[in-house]
Amino acid sequence: MENQTRKKVMEIRNLSITFRTAVGPVHAIRGVDLDMHRGETVAIVGESGSGKSVTMKAAMGIMDKNGQVDSGTIFYTYLSDDKTEKTVDILQMKKKELRRHINGKRIAMIFQDPMTSLDPTMMIGRQIIEGMLWHKRATRKAAWGKAVKLLEEAGIDDAEKRMKNYPHQLSGGMRQRVVIAIALACDPDLLICDEPTTALDVTIQAKILELIQRIQKERNICVIYITHDLGVVAKIADYVNVMYAGRIIEKGTVDEIFFDPRHPYTWGLLSAMPDMDMSNERLFAIPGSPPNLLHDIQGDAFAPRNPFALNIDKRLEPPMFRISKTHFAATWLLDPRAPKVEMPEILKNRIQAMREGEIGHG
Amino acid sequence: MDNCEPLLKVQGLSSEPLLEVQGLSSEPLVEVQGLSSEPLVEVQDLRREPLLKVQGLKQHFVMNGHFTVKAVDGVDFVIYPGETYGLVGESGSGKSTIGRSLIRLYKPTGGKIEFSGMDISGKMDKSTTSRLRIEMQMIFQDPMACLNPRKKVGEIIAQGLDIHHLYQSRAERKEKVAQMLKKVGLSPEHADRYPHQFSGGQRQRVGIARALIMNPKLVIADECISALDVSIQAQVVSLMQDLQAETGTTYLFIAHDLSMVKYISNRIGVMHMGHLVETGTTEEIFSNAIHPYTKSLLSAIHRPNPKSERVRVALSYDYKEQGVDYHKGIQQHLGGSHLVLATAEELVKWTQ
Repeated sequence: MENQTRKKVMEIRNLSITFRTAVGPVHAIRGVDLDMHRGETVAIVGESGSGKSVTMKAAMGIMDKNGQVDSGTIFYTYLSDDKTEKTVDILQMKKKELRRHINGKRIAMIFQDPMTSLDPTMMIGRQIIEGMLWHKRATRKAAWGKAVKLLEEAGIDDAEKRMKNYPHQLSGGMRQRVVIAIALACDPDLLICDEPTTALDVTIQAKILELIQRIQKERNICVIYITHDLGVVAKIADYVNVMYAGRIIEKGTVDEIFFDPRHPYTWGLLSAMPDMDMSNERLFAIPGSPPNLLHDIQGDAFAPRNPFALNIDKRLEPPMFRISKTHFAATWLLDPRAPKVEMPEILKNRIQAMREGEIGHG
Repeated sequence: MDNCEPLLKVQGLSSEPLLEVQGLSSEPLVEVQGLSSEPLVEVQDLRREPLLKVQGLKQHFVMNGHFTVKAVDGVDFVIYPGETYGLVGESGSGKSTIGRSLIRLYKPTGGKIEFSGMDISGKMDKSTTSRLRIEMQMIFQDPMACLNPRKKVGEIIAQGLDIHHLYQSRAERKEKVAQMLKKVGLSPEHADRYPHQFSGGQRQRVGIARALIMNPKLVIADECISALDVSIQAQVVSLMQDLQAETGTTYLFIAHDLSMVKYISNRIGVMHMGHLVETGTTEEIFSNAIHPYTKSLLSAIHRPNPKSERVRVALSYDYKEQGVDYHKGIQQHLGGSHLVLATAEELVKWTQ
């Protein structure tokens, strides 16, 4: 990435992860490259099992025990305690070091289900200050004061009183706000959100997204957003990475992905979303289901579900083709020798309508 | 209680067994409040006889002596044969409770449910129960949790047939299962597999097969796609539509995802806090939403369009702030089948 003003926070290169399971090794991640920069929101989109969560868990060093990194590096750049810039490979770090310097302190994560990420036996105030006491050696009083401020920042009224509540006394949306407050407690510079709104109601979803968006802007931190909902991506992301079967198959800015998608899988994803402004024509469904990663994949993993698959797709995995400075896609359709294939008509019309900004509110 | 208006309304209804008290309710006054202002049929299309008629349905859960959760508090709606009725609302609004009360997983506290000519709200005799269990089926949200992991898929699908003795021979049973599996896009060999051997989308197909093998008149689909991936959601919804076209069954589609509900439903009901705040055809709800809660729901839908999404701010709705009391409102008719729960002043305010 040539732009000098963008400051790289994390750089993942050629990451491959295998899980040892009872039925054999599962190649969950098969060569992922990813860059994250300060002040940007990066979305990772994909179906469940495509490896989006595993990638980010590896980046935080909290992989499951049966996981094993086959290759790759995750370089993380941060300002260390003595104010010097430091770059470390997270995969080479010891667990203890990670806990002390990285987890929760510089990289924080928000999980899908707010109930399981909170301790039901602890008052939420104590849960928020826990990190500050441990990482920042803050005094109890200072930490408490900051926690109240964080709760207010997360949009909780009556924060002082809420500090003494237990998680079960709060609604789902409130709990997720508490989780966000906990994540922000140590001023992280990388915030990983793993489907933070999936378990919430639509109206609350929108509020939580707006909250994360606001926090990202105010603190100028890097937010990684893992989701399968393209509507969410459209709202918050600057950069989008589409994952399929353990690989990133298309990446680009949000405009490039939504207005000029190149990979047939991205086409499918975009047209599978019901459009509020379309008449009730038949919804496009990607046929088949994602491949089983237990088996070795020959060629392009998406080929069996791809109506545009070429012969070469069955033999050789496509490399990343460059479309623009920021836009890449892994499909043989972009090879100069490939036949010219246009995206499906429905999608074309829809994109056309979006570009013209005709889509208003229902 | 706030007696003046609702009480007057109810007087007209007193001939109907709406006032039947089903034990649980602590205060009888609330019962009388049953907000069903006018019998819905009058406003609705008279040519069709509804398949399901719900009047003043209440489902209360007594927590302890002082506290009763009024999960559903006086809901009226009708569902016509062959249509898809979408029920939307946030979690805790009572939409799933309605589904469960209808299929009698709960005993309704009050109100009347009429389903294909049977009264299924009170105590049911044996033949009614048996008919209800055949003619109304349910598809559940979590395709893993709703399938018995120790049974083969074929057994799971055929269980209803076994219970109601709906086949003459083993061969016929096997044939029925095989046909059903084919209908939902699986192959007959899958009958000998266990649920864990299937993917999420396939499991949901098994759930659909289990419901439809009974040839039901009404299928209650309770958040049946929200646990699935986007690309699989589209598959399952298309499958449900195909099966509806083929068998003419009726769906009650409960979901919180308005975009999918819009796509599949003919008519929509919007639930909030145990009340049906607005109902109408999909067109009426989406182009002319009146109730502020419906409006906030509509504004919260994400669209896959970065241009408009980035600047969009969802409307918020707080019924306490706006001083909306659902108990005071009555179902106001706005033409067609469009009804809004509002008082006269509220209606004027909202339609301005």
